[in-house]
Amino acid sequence: MSRRPWLRWETLLAAAVAAAFVANALLSPYFLNATTLSDASFNFTEKALVALPMALLIIAKEIDISVAAIMALASVAMGYGAIAGWPTPALVLLGIGVGVACGACNGLLVTALRVPSIVATIGTMSLFRGIAYGVLGDRVMKHYPRGFDYFGQGYPIGTVSFELLLFLAAALITGIILHATTAGRRIYAIGANATAARMSGVAVDRYRLALFIATGAASGLASVLLTSRLGSTRPSLAVGWELEIISMVILGGVAVAGGRGTILGVVLAAVLLGLVTFGLSLQNIPGIVLSIVVGTLLIVIVALPAVSARLATARAARPARQG
Amino acid sequence: MTVRTFKPSREWGLGLLTLAMVLALSAHWPQFATAASLRSALDDTAILILLALGQMLVIVTRGIDLSVAANVALTGMVVALINHAHPDAPIVLLAALAMLLGGGLGAFNGLLVWRLGLPPIVVTLGSMAIFRGLVYVVSGGVWVTSDKMSPAFQELVRAPFLGFSTLSWLALLGTIAAALWIRYSRAGRRLYLVGSNPAAAAYVGVDPGRAQCIAFTLSGFVAGLCGYLWVARFAVAYTDVAAGFELQVIAACVIGGVSINGGSGSVPGVLLGCLFLGVVRNALPLIGVSPFWQMAVSGLVITIAVVLNERGRGDQHRRILELPNT
Repeated sequence: MSRRPWLRWETLLAAAVAAAFVANALLSPYFLNATTLSDASFNFTEKALVALPMALLIIAKEIDISVAAIMALASVAMGYGAIAGWPTPALVLLGIGVGVACGACNGLLVTALRVPSIVATIGTMSLFRGIAYGVLGDRVMKHYPRGFDYFGQGYPIGTVSFELLLFLAAALITGIILHATTAGRRIYAIGANATAARMSGVAVDRYRLALFIATGAASGLASVLLTSRLGSTRPSLAVGWELEIISMVILGGVAVAGGRGTILGVVLAAVLLGLVTFGLSLQNIPGIVLSIVVGTLLIVIVALPAVSARLATARAARPARQG
Repeated sequence: MTVRTFKPSREWGLGLLTLAMVLALSAHWPQFATAASLRSALDDTAILILLALGQMLVIVTRGIDLSVAANVALTGMVVALINHAHPDAPIVLLAALAMLLGGGLGAFNGLLVWRLGLPPIVVTLGSMAIFRGLVYVVSGGVWVTSDKMSPAFQELVRAPFLGFSTLSWLALLGTIAAALWIRYSRAGRRLYLVGSNPAAAAYVGVDPGRAQCIAFTLSGFVAGLCGYLWVARFAVAYTDVAAGFELQVIAACVIGGVSINGGSGSVPGVLLGCLFLGVVRNALPLIGVSPFWQMAVSGLVITIAVVLNERGRGDQHRRILELPNT
C-alpha cells in the first residue's frame, strides 16, 4: 500500500474511468442514455467475468492462456446439447461442466505433471480450440431452446442487464474471497513465495488446482452468456480473448510476478476498457485500431509506477550529490 | 564457467522421434519421401525456425516475446506497401529495411524491459496489440495481393540455389549464426548467465536488463526479416497475417527443450523442435486427418511434448522442497 493514497493504482484507474466517461459524454450525444450505457456494459461483462478468477490465478503466480478456447469448446458442447433437445438449465450446467473439466485438465498438468502454467495452457489452448474446430468444422449451431437467450439478452431490472448483475455479484464474491478470507491471504502467500507458503502448511497445489478449475468454470459461464447473447456457436467463438482478459487483469494492477493485486482494480480496469472501446466505436473507429489504444494503455499504466519511482529516486539523489 | 547447452538425451530423443516419423511416413506414403515434398516441408518450416531461434534468445534471458507475429505482420505490410508504390526498389534493400524496422520494434520492447524494468510478458502483450493495430493503420485495412507485388519481390524467396530455396538457406544460415553466436560470443554467453541467475549476473557486472534488451532487439530483427519472407512466400499481406503464430513459435522452443524459466536451451534443440512440429503439420493431411481436426492433434502433440519435456527436466531440483504428501 502506498503512503500517498492519490498514487494508488485504484485511484488512478478510477480517475481514468471518470475521464473516459466525461470524454465519451462530451464527444458523443448518444452516450448519456440509459440504453446506450447498458449496451456499453456488454463490451466487458463476459471478459471481466473470466478476468476475476484469472486475477486470483495471476496473483498466485500462475496464468491460463486457454480460457477463450475453453469458451469455444463449452459453446460447441452446448450447441450439441441443444440439438439433442436438452432444456436450458441442463445446457447451462453442461457449459459450466465443460469449463470445469478443462480447468481441471490445466490444473492437473500444472500440479501433478509440473508443467509451467504458461507452457501447459499454450498446449491445451490449441487442444481445446482444436477439438471445437474438429467437432464442428465450418458449421454454425444456432438452435437454442426458448429461454436460453435470457442469459445474454435479459434485463432483470430496468435497463440493467443480467450479464452486468451476474458480473457484479461475481466480483463481490471474488473480492470477499480474496480480501476477507484465509483462502485469499493464502493465495497472496502462494504468489509471493510458493516455497515459503508450502513450508508454512499451505496446500499450495490444492489451491492451484482449485484456481484453475474456478477459471475454467468462469470460462464456461462466460461461454453461456456469450452463446446466449450471440444466439449461435462457431468454433472461432471468442478468438483472441485470452489476451484481452489477461490485459484487463494486468491493467487492474495485478502484478504478473504474483503476490499483488486487488479485485477493485480489476473491476475498474474492466469498466475502463469497456468505456474506451465503446466510446471509440461510437466515434466509428474500427475495432483493430482500439487494440493500439488498449496496448498503449497497458504499457503506459504499467510503466507509470516505474517512471514515478525513477523520478523519486532522482529527486532523492540530487540533494545528496550537492551535499 | 561451463554451461551445458547441449543435453544429449533430450535432443537425441527428439531427433530420433522426428526421424522415425519421417521414416514411418515414407514407408507408407512414398510420395512423402520425395525430394520435392521434403523440400516444401522445409520451406514451410523455415520461417518457424528463424522466429523460434529469435524467441529462444529472449526466453533464455527469462523473457518472452509475444509480439513476434504482430512484428512479422507489420514489417511485412510495410515492405509490401513500399514494393507496391515503388516496384523498382531493389528487393535486398527492402529486406534490409524490414530487418531494421523489425529490430526497431524489438528494441522498443527491449528498452521498456531494460530501462523501466517492466515485465516482458506485459510489454510484449501491449506491443503485440499496438503493432497489430498499426498494420491496419498503415494499410487502411486493404489486402496487398500478389498482383500488387513485383515479380522479383515474390521470386527471391523461391529462387533455388544448390537445390534449396532462399528460404531454406536463410533458415540454415540463421541456425549456424545463432549456434556460433550463442556459444562463442561474449554477449551470447551472457544470455545464459542472465537467465540462470540475474542477481549473480549483476554482481559480476553484467546488466541483466541490457542482455534482455539485446535479445529482444535480435528477436525483432529476425521477425522483421520473417515479415518480408512471409509476405513474399504467401504472396499476400493483410492485417491478420500470422495471427496467433507467436504461440506456435513458443511451443517449438519449449518442445526443443528451452526452459520457460530461462537459463537453458540450445540451438540444435530448437531446430529439432521446429522440424518436429513441421513434420507433424505436414504429416497430418497425408495420414488423412481432416483439416478441422489438425489443430486438435497438433495441440495434443504439443501438450504431450511439453509434459515429457518437463518430466525429463532435472526433477532432483524440485525434490528437495517436495513434501511427501502434497
